[in-house]
Amino acid sequence: MADGLGLSNVAIYRGETLLLSVDTQINRGEALTIMGPSGSGKSTLLSYITGSLDPAFKAEGGVTLDGENIDTKPAHLRQIGILFQDDLLFPHMSVGANLSFGLDRSIPRAERTDRINAALASVGLAGFFDRDPATLSGGQRARVSLMRTLLSNPKALLLDEPFSRLDQDLRQQVRELVFNHAKAQSLPVLLVTHDMDDAQAAGGAILRLDR
Amino acid sequence: MARALVILILIGPVIAGLIGVILPALGYFPAAGADQFSLEPILALFAWNGLASAIRLSITTGLFATALSCLIALGFTASMMASPWWRRVQSILGPLLAVPHAAAAFGMVFLIAPSGWIARALAPVMGWDRPPDLLIVNDPWGVALVLGLVIKEVPFLLLMIIAALPQADAPSRLKVSASLGYGPIAGWILAVLPAVYKQIRLPIYLVLAFSMSVVDVALILGPTTPNTIAVQVLKWMNDPDISLRGQAAAGAILQFGLIIVVILTMLVLERLMGGLGKWLITGGFRLALLEPFRGLLQCLGTTVFLTLLIGLCGLLMWSVAGFWAFPDLMPNSISLSNWARHSDGLLDRLGETAIIGFSAATIGLVVAVLYLESTRTLPNWTIFLPLIIPQVAFLPGVQILLLNMGLKGGLAVVIAAHMVFVLPYVILTLGGSYRAWNRDFARVGHALGASPSRVFWHIRLPMLLAPLVSAFAVGFAVSVGQYLPTLLIGGGRISTLTTEAVALASGGDRRAIAVFSVLQLLAALVPFVIALGLPMILWRNRRGMSHG
Repeated sequence: MADGLGLSNVAIYRGETLLLSVDTQINRGEALTIMGPSGSGKSTLLSYITGSLDPAFKAEGGVTLDGENIDTKPAHLRQIGILFQDDLLFPHMSVGANLSFGLDRSIPRAERTDRINAALASVGLAGFFDRDPATLSGGQRARVSLMRTLLSNPKALLLDEPFSRLDQDLRQQVRELVFNHAKAQSLPVLLVTHDMDDAQAAGGAILRLDR
Repeated sequence: MARALVILILIGPVIAGLIGVILPALGYFPAAGADQFSLEPILALFAWNGLASAIRLSITTGLFATALSCLIALGFTASMMASPWWRRVQSILGPLLAVPHAAAAFGMVFLIAPSGWIARALAPVMGWDRPPDLLIVNDPWGVALVLGLVIKEVPFLLLMIIAALPQADAPSRLKVSASLGYGPIAGWILAVLPAVYKQIRLPIYLVLAFSMSVVDVALILGPTTPNTIAVQVLKWMNDPDISLRGQAAAGAILQFGLIIVVILTMLVLERLMGGLGKWLITGGFRLALLEPFRGLLQCLGTTVFLTLLIGLCGLLMWSVAGFWAFPDLMPNSISLSNWARHSDGLLDRLGETAIIGFSAATIGLVVAVLYLESTRTLPNWTIFLPLIIPQVAFLPGVQILLLNMGLKGGLAVVIAAHMVFVLPYVILTLGGSYRAWNRDFARVGHALGASPSRVFWHIRLPMLLAPLVSAFAVGFAVSVGQYLPTLLIGGGRISTLTTEAVALASGGDRRAIAVFSVLQLLAALVPFVIALGLPMILWRNRRGMSHG
């Protein structure tokens, strides 16, 4: 089996109604964009992959990550990173604590701080460790959110319309940042969106869902 | 699991208690040597010469207190919603709700009694040099009792209405109805109220059942000869002659039956009002004649708040008053000697109050969180059930059962009894915010490799700190205010600030009443202040947590 994220005959149902079915393989460093109207089940597909499917839906099919079957693993052991529309920074933690939350426990304290500061600096947020996330701008929060996910060392990256809340200029920037980082860490990326520009920026195959 | 626990805590004692009153009412009471069924207790109840007026009182106080509270609370919402004061009103409702009924009732006494503040203020005009000889408090018609209930029920109903408003989408309904020619009051009644009413029905029944069967407020403000049924049941329960408990049990069942009859009547009334509303709507009535009452409705609501607050100030004043002659508005001297004189009793009672309140609120919070974490929930009425079934209907049964089993009431049993009333309020207070929490935070947490327990302890609970501590404070305040469970289940061995203050009511030592009531008030309110302050201190550097 190949490295990357594999979806073999995955089907999502709401009740008895089939919403979508996918059979695909996303190799490391590649991207796949799923486009479709809201309600087409594309976000639900991501929930299934991360292991947090709403009980109102049913799903079947296999999910593999670097050849290993993960669809029966608990959500927190799947090593799949996800970014949502909202940055979902934990409001009760500092920026640094947010980043530290996802970092592996085995990394010693001094190294944690160094890695977090380096990550912050790499996205132009040097010195933001102790900041309150609520005081950051939308673009800054999006960058923190990305770094939080990347520091947790995922083996695949899912994007659930993560740019749709940002305004036009910012969207371009953040988009580039996300895809560059994903490519640099050669992560397989699965993007769901209804924005054609997002899909083009992702640079991979595009799968269209019709209702 | 959590569901079963909630049912056990809420429904278990109610059912056990109801069985516990039915058996002795039918003459079966082994602890008193009666192991044969008989109609004697019921006949004894009917032979009581105060029965007719007690039944009348229970119905009239219940209906008047409920109708007046609903009218004022709904009218106040309709007339104030657009006002800039509305947000401030909302922020004081929580603490007002925490004020124990007994403290509010004593405040009322100090305000309206012949020697109270109102009479003192009127004295120069009326030429009184001593308190007028009027039976204002404990009047035989229960007017003082109704008023004492209204000042506590209006804040409660307001809070319930406010909780129901978002789902009713009031602002847009009012905009639409205004554009169709309906004034704010008419628009509120015809377009908003129908949606709100569905959600405040259970709270209204709760107010009704409570007003019909309240004991502590009735002991303070209600008629004395004859009593209300609820008070008489308590008297029989406390009688050294334990054979009177059969009669008490029969009275408890009668009280329960009366409440069911009145609630059924309410159901009919609701239908009629609904029909009237439909008739008005289809007829296109603009009800313009209601709009001039806006000012009056605002005044009524404000009067309720002021009465409650000034009454509490009266308590505070009497607690530090030295010599205070009629008709002076203020005491001659102010000192802490009243407090010093009662310090031993105050500290003991405070200790028991705090232990019971802390235990009940802590257990309540843990059970509520377990319950809200579980995916399966219970219908809303199960949570309301122990609040709607009157305490005086089933607590005597619990006591009689304990007696028959040879168990003595102690601290643990009293805490368990408080749980029955604490848990519903904790669940109701916490439920909204707990369920509204954005689950995507959990998804992100899991995606970052955090286990479910780490997400619970490090993300969900800290983010919900503010609602958790306020739910604790509500639970604590509810426990502090409990009178009947402490008295009946404690078997007279447990004495809290509330039972002590109410016991002082008949004695008429105003200064003693005042110090115990003020301490009772503080015991209920201090956790509230902490609940407001703690999140602000802990999250002072986290702006995103300020409206958790």
